[in-house]
Amino acid sequence: MKPTPFHPRTSELLDSYDWNEWSGWLSANVYDLNPTHEYLAIRTSCGVFDTSPLYKYQIQGRDALKLINRVITQDVTRYAVGKSMYSPWCDDKGKIIDDGIVAWVDDNSFRMTTAEPTLFWLEDNAINLDVSIEDITEAYAIMAFQGPYSREVLKRLTKADVNGLKYFSLMDIELAGIPITLSRTGFTGDMGYELWVEPDKAVALWDAIFEVGQDYRIRPFGDYALDIARIEAGLLLAKVDFNSSTKVMYEHEKSTPLELGLSWAVKLGKDYFVGQKALIKDKKVGLKWNTVGLEVDLKSLESIYAKYGMPLSLPYRSWGEAVPVYSQGKLIGKATSGTWSPMLKKYIAIARIKPQYAKLGNQIEMEVTVDAERHNAKAKIVKMPFFNPSRKMS
Amino acid sequence: MNKDFDVIVVGGGHNGLTTAAYLAKAGKKVLVLERRYLVGGAAVSEEIYPGFIYTVCSYVVSLLRPEVIQELELYKHGLHLLPTDSGFIPMENGDYLARYPDHARSLDEIRRHSLRDADVHDEFDNMLYEIAFAVKPILGYTPPNLTNPGLSGTQTLNRFRKHLQSLGKEKFHWFTKIMTMSVYDFLSEWFESDVLISSISLNGIIGTMLGIKSPGTAYVLLHHYMGELDGAYSAWASQKGGTGGVSEAIASAARSYGSEIRVNAPVKQVIVKNGRAIGVALENGDELYADIVVSGADPYVTFRKLVDEKDLPTELVESIDNFKFRGSSGKVNLSLDALPDFPAMKDKSLMQGGIYICPSTDFMEQAYDDAKYDDFSKRPFLECVIPTAVDPSMAPPGKHVMSIFVQWASYNMPKYGDRDQQREAFGNAVLDTLAEFCPNIKDLILHQQVLTPWDIEDSIGLTQGNIFGGELTLDQLFFFRPAIGWADYKTPIRNYYQCGSGTHPGGGITGGPGRLAALRILKDGA
Ligand SMILES: Cc1cc2nc3c(=O)[nH]c(=O)nc-3n(C[C@H](O)[C@H](O)[C@H](O)COP(=O)(O)OP(=O)(O)OC[C@H]3O[C@@H](n4cnc5c(N)ncnc54)[C@H](O)[C@@H]3O)c2cc1C
Repeated sequence: MKPTPFHPRTSELLDSYDWNEWSGWLSANVYDLNPTHEYLAIRTSCGVFDTSPLYKYQIQGRDALKLINRVITQDVTRYAVGKSMYSPWCDDKGKIIDDGIVAWVDDNSFRMTTAEPTLFWLEDNAINLDVSIEDITEAYAIMAFQGPYSREVLKRLTKADVNGLKYFSLMDIELAGIPITLSRTGFTGDMGYELWVEPDKAVALWDAIFEVGQDYRIRPFGDYALDIARIEAGLLLAKVDFNSSTKVMYEHEKSTPLELGLSWAVKLGKDYFVGQKALIKDKKVGLKWNTVGLEVDLKSLESIYAKYGMPLSLPYRSWGEAVPVYSQGKLIGKATSGTWSPMLKKYIAIARIKPQYAKLGNQIEMEVTVDAERHNAKAKIVKMPFFNPSRKMS
Repeated sequence: MNKDFDVIVVGGGHNGLTTAAYLAKAGKKVLVLERRYLVGGAAVSEEIYPGFIYTVCSYVVSLLRPEVIQELELYKHGLHLLPTDSGFIPMENGDYLARYPDHARSLDEIRRHSLRDADVHDEFDNMLYEIAFAVKPILGYTPPNLTNPGLSGTQTLNRFRKHLQSLGKEKFHWFTKIMTMSVYDFLSEWFESDVLISSISLNGIIGTMLGIKSPGTAYVLLHHYMGELDGAYSAWASQKGGTGGVSEAIASAARSYGSEIRVNAPVKQVIVKNGRAIGVALENGDELYADIVVSGADPYVTFRKLVDEKDLPTELVESIDNFKFRGSSGKVNLSLDALPDFPAMKDKSLMQGGIYICPSTDFMEQAYDDAKYDDFSKRPFLECVIPTAVDPSMAPPGKHVMSIFVQWASYNMPKYGDRDQQREAFGNAVLDTLAEFCPNIKDLILHQQVLTPWDIEDSIGLTQGNIFGGELTLDQLFFFRPAIGWADYKTPIRNYYQCGSGTHPGGGITGGPGRLAALRILKDGA
């Protein structure tokens, strides 16, 4: 596995020896032995996640906008230079291939981050367009710097107008003398930023952020902490909450962005985009699935454990292997990821179920296993995001 | 008389606020009257030195009842708990004992001190865990009236019996030991490492005028063990911004249900007419009327100050006069220029947890010896927490606050002169003791606040400064709290109720008494 440009620092701080593989790169699961502390830094002070392994593309040329707008479901024409957007993209059948962030960096220039390699797909769609597509995955390191005190730290390192940088906006600035792109985005549902930096300056950036960050109890965080935060934020994770339609073989394994609750990011009325027709039809016919938030009833869960003479046990680490969801004993879908929410003091999960059961407040059941025996715990349908502090966008 | 409210709660401590929240949620028109300029009682955060926020009295949260968190949806109102799940105990020989959030690492550390203790540690933990699991539901019951239990009282006693029976013979034996022995003797049956025994024993003496070798202290250990965080027992946390944040969250919940809360509103007296409470008279002369009056103050204030002796049966007056308050704890809060340095601390992440000055069992017992005779410990046991090690909201960037809980200090310390001189002598003993293990502490202090038991009484209103509104010893628990026959939140005065930590399940930031009192009031058909 390859080390990321931040590796000299992340490897120093990683006491747990707990790495995972992310697109061929070394990525931290947890730095010390307790992910809760790392998670709480995201919600209380500030934390850093090395998100360098994301695939990155630079799309430039007269038809750059045209290409982007043809591929993604969001309508780029509603945005402007200096803005970024979250968007899924689909195959011809309207099934989701991937999702990511598209940043409009200059008149005819965009940057795109993706979970899966996307060069081929972009090139395929660029036929007859005046556009160049470049894989810049290794040209930049990205640090996600998240948490309520992230802005305070940045402000001490630059003269640029950090306060003025709005949610989903970006700007090129110098931070501690290092040129970076500062983007007001993240995957934690909290106040936060993503910093793009050239690899040879990555360690210097890390050191500058950590030096000032000490005053605000900065800490690095890994995947375990991030996953708790992103579930609270109601953000879906590829390969967990949905599959890329190009990576699975059977129709029932695929989803449309509408079924995933992403209709706010699908502008059906815009100019042509891949999958548009299929999605319009799907919407007319009616969706097969709805994506909802679940809140597991703790009393019900406690009573299941009590049958074994055991105290309530909660998922302190998030899970991502789907479990069946029922309504009065009838199978209605599956929960795809879940976690104990340390902030909300609730057991929450993201589920995909039949639309007729998806009404807010509806009582359903989710399977839990105790001592390899199956039980149904009561749960109810709740709004997502589960956790949405006003500082996220302020 | 025209009533102004359905219910008036005297005292805006976290329990009074909890009662108010539950009653308002049930549709009652509720008013809370708090003597001070802010709510929270012993759970308050105050900016006494500019830019630095002290968690003035209480500092860790653990006993807060999960049903209170859920039913009042406290997470919506700002509850934000940060686990303090490590411990560091510097020793006199320069060594230390540490507890880590990671179990295996903690066992490794115990192994350094005693192989044998590391081996039995899990078994000990399981034993306590099972007893706590069996006994814990009691924290959620209204104590029956032993002299006249009635149907529901008999049911409660029955359930109580069932829980104990579920323990089985061997655990029941441990249970009886825990109910009677000293924490030192109890722990010595399990462990040999002196510093390990010392570090666990401290849970047996918090808030009591008893030493680790005094019988009855093993139970207090169990009481603290029943504290839980997200379903994990014996887990402690800090509230972001100090424990005042817990009170604020409960107050915010109460307001969201429509309760009114007034501060700077000391109550002089409960107005009693024909043996029935009908309202309150405030210090400023105002009178307010309500169907029901609830006291969230401690039992002494509830029975001996707010109402007239002639409205109470003599036995109750006697019981309350004999109820042990005996303040025994003090508090020192520091504003620090930087993180302090404990030379014995190799792993600086231990700064985020508790730091305990209890290097040996002899140190602990000697500290208690001093206090027995109207004095404070010359080298007191200290529990230090630096909340700013994880929470930047309590001090300016790079600066810190330190909360030091001190055991023991007696309520009266005449030999040091007046109250100011007592406070100074006490504060010096605390800082001198801390400096033995943290030599640079005095150089870092920007501001200090020292609270003797007398100060706690004066500022918070807790009689004799007892942190739990009456000691948490067996003779003052469950159906004895605060007096036999009056442990079910009622009083001999009709429509006058009690909801403070002087009632079951007792002291600490629990919300338990507040919730059970509200349920009692609603059950009585208010
Ligand atoms: C120094 C110290 C440290 C502690 N540390 C911890 C800890 O770390 N963890 C923990 O769980 N517990 C701790 N405790 C115990 C815990 O804080 C208390 O048991 C708990 O806060 C008591 O809550 P309460 O609502 O029952 O009473 P209180 O908080 O005492 O509230 C009573 C309120 O009534 C008001 N009042 C009294 N008389 C009148 C009147 N006549 N009119 C109007 N208002 C009146 C008072 O001003 C006060 O606000 C500590 C206590 C102290 C003192």
